[in-house]
Amino acid sequence: MRLRRFWDDLARYKILLLMLAPAVLFYLIFAYLPMAGIVIAFKRYDYIGGIFGSAWNGLDNFRFFFESGDAWRVTRNTALYNIAFIVVNNLLQIFAAILLFEVGGKWFKKLTQSVLFLPYFISWVVVGAIAYNLLNYDIGTVNALLRGLGLEPIDIYNTPSYWPFILVAVSAWKTLGYGTVMYLAAITGIDTEMYEAAEIDGANIFQRVMKVTIPNLYPTVIILVLLAVGNIFRGDFGMFYNMIGNNGLLFSSTDVIDTYVFRSLITSNDIGMSAAAGVFQSVLGFATIMLVNYAVRRYDRDRALF
Amino acid sequence: MNAKDASFGKPFVPAVRRRSHLDRTLFSTIGYVSLTILAVLCIVPFILVVSSSLTEESTIVVEGYQFLPLHFSTEAYSILFKYPQQLINAYIVTIGVTAVGTFVGLFLTSMTAYVLSRKDFKWRNGFAFYFFFTTLFSGGLVPWYLLIVNYLQMKDTALALIVPMMLNVFYIIVMKSFMSSIPEAIVESAKIDGAGDFRIYAQLILPLSKPALATIGLFLALAYWNDWYNALLFVSNEKLVPLQYYLYKMLGNMDGMRKAMMSAGAVNTTSLPSEGLKMAMTVVATGPILAVYPFIQKYFVQGMTIGAVKG
Repeated sequence: MRLRRFWDDLARYKILLLMLAPAVLFYLIFAYLPMAGIVIAFKRYDYIGGIFGSAWNGLDNFRFFFESGDAWRVTRNTALYNIAFIVVNNLLQIFAAILLFEVGGKWFKKLTQSVLFLPYFISWVVVGAIAYNLLNYDIGTVNALLRGLGLEPIDIYNTPSYWPFILVAVSAWKTLGYGTVMYLAAITGIDTEMYEAAEIDGANIFQRVMKVTIPNLYPTVIILVLLAVGNIFRGDFGMFYNMIGNNGLLFSSTDVIDTYVFRSLITSNDIGMSAAAGVFQSVLGFATIMLVNYAVRRYDRDRALF
Repeated sequence: MNAKDASFGKPFVPAVRRRSHLDRTLFSTIGYVSLTILAVLCIVPFILVVSSSLTEESTIVVEGYQFLPLHFSTEAYSILFKYPQQLINAYIVTIGVTAVGTFVGLFLTSMTAYVLSRKDFKWRNGFAFYFFFTTLFSGGLVPWYLLIVNYLQMKDTALALIVPMMLNVFYIIVMKSFMSSIPEAIVESAKIDGAGDFRIYAQLILPLSKPALATIGLFLALAYWNDWYNALLFVSNEKLVPLQYYLYKMLGNMDGMRKAMMSAGAVNTTSLPSEGLKMAMTVVATGPILAVYPFIQKYFVQGMTIGAVKG
């Protein structure tokens, strides 16, 4: 009976299912099959045996990853960078969005918004080139300015301690326009009656912003931050790789899980451990998303992701 | 609310107005100044790159990169365009990959989104979760890489640059939420007239979805245009190197550039203006995006607002 219904449905949805087939196949191949490939993390990978023919070696890959001391370093770096990005980027974006909304002058508004959006359109390779142009020891603009002022030049590419600040600044720079538009859309959606009421109550513009605009942005802030928190163990590979590349001198403060996994795979060809680090990252990420979603569901069902 | 409430209803309105006018001025000043500073910070790096690309090599080496070209020179560009085969090739690869990837990606995204938006399709939630789950959990880089290289044999093929980026769950969701806002009655009436599911999609839903198609198309095109990662992983054949990866290779490897120039026929490669050339290369690789972005920007804004309504 139930099976009969199933076959009826299948006939009824024939065309729709066919239309869905390419995407289903795509994700089966490029997302679900690699999930099965997680077994590599528990194997001693060799090219002849391939993913399923290689010999098992239990948890050795994981043990090696954790005992090398790299696990703690890259995990900490990934999480700390993402936390800094979330805080700095969102604050700056909200700040810019509020100003753009309140400031008059259509021409000024349009121009500023366009210019702030510019870095979003550039590839990370170009950002890397720009960073080189600014930070290079011999001919970089920063050091040219320092020399011009009679100060000592700074060897930025050999000094790990500068990089957290540089990377946070670059992330803020690249995402400013995108995030500002997002928050600007949210501000535009605020009921104008609230502003009128505040005006009648004699609120000045600062009070208006603090008491009306910002509280009304909370839902947007919360959803954006939660989405970002769910990805807290994912490093932006394009950014880190183009800014730092294979400059080992900086790894102590710039290596994240994604660059570590890439290097183990491509440079040192350590497939087993690279896979183990990747599994570790996926499991951490999955657990975080589940936790965040559970917390949001308890707080407000409608805002949960699923 | 606070002490200001007292003024409500009293005939002191002008005083309040004057005070709020002062606040406005102060606020506007902060606003104009901060926004101008932020805007300058966003644009200055680009000016620096362009100016460096137009500066004489010896000046760069002695004085460093400057905001204004002290000793103007177009040497870097003339060298870049003297032996342009590889550059042109990289452009062709990028344009081809972007065109094919965007077109196929858009077709598959919209078709998938259309099926998921059909409210009479009983299994749509199940399939939606099937797609969504891939954003929550993944096998990681290694199995994905080995699959593409060892099992699908895509290394050094154009497919490796196109296929992995073709679909994106986020774009499917945005497109689906847009299509869900199209009145169901349209589908119903078409069905009564005897139109099949695919025909409804192709002849009714697609034309009505133009704004969403434009936006997602631009997102896809930008991702393909700026991609270098898939090339880094999968391309060693020089004929398949796209623009951004070409730039990446040249930035890290001036020797490689010399070799490329030499094989292209340049005789004296020791006197290449390497620093200026790097920046000229950056300008050439960025140029088209900078030229079109003011015009396409509003579609990105549109798309982000569609997506933000219900993520």
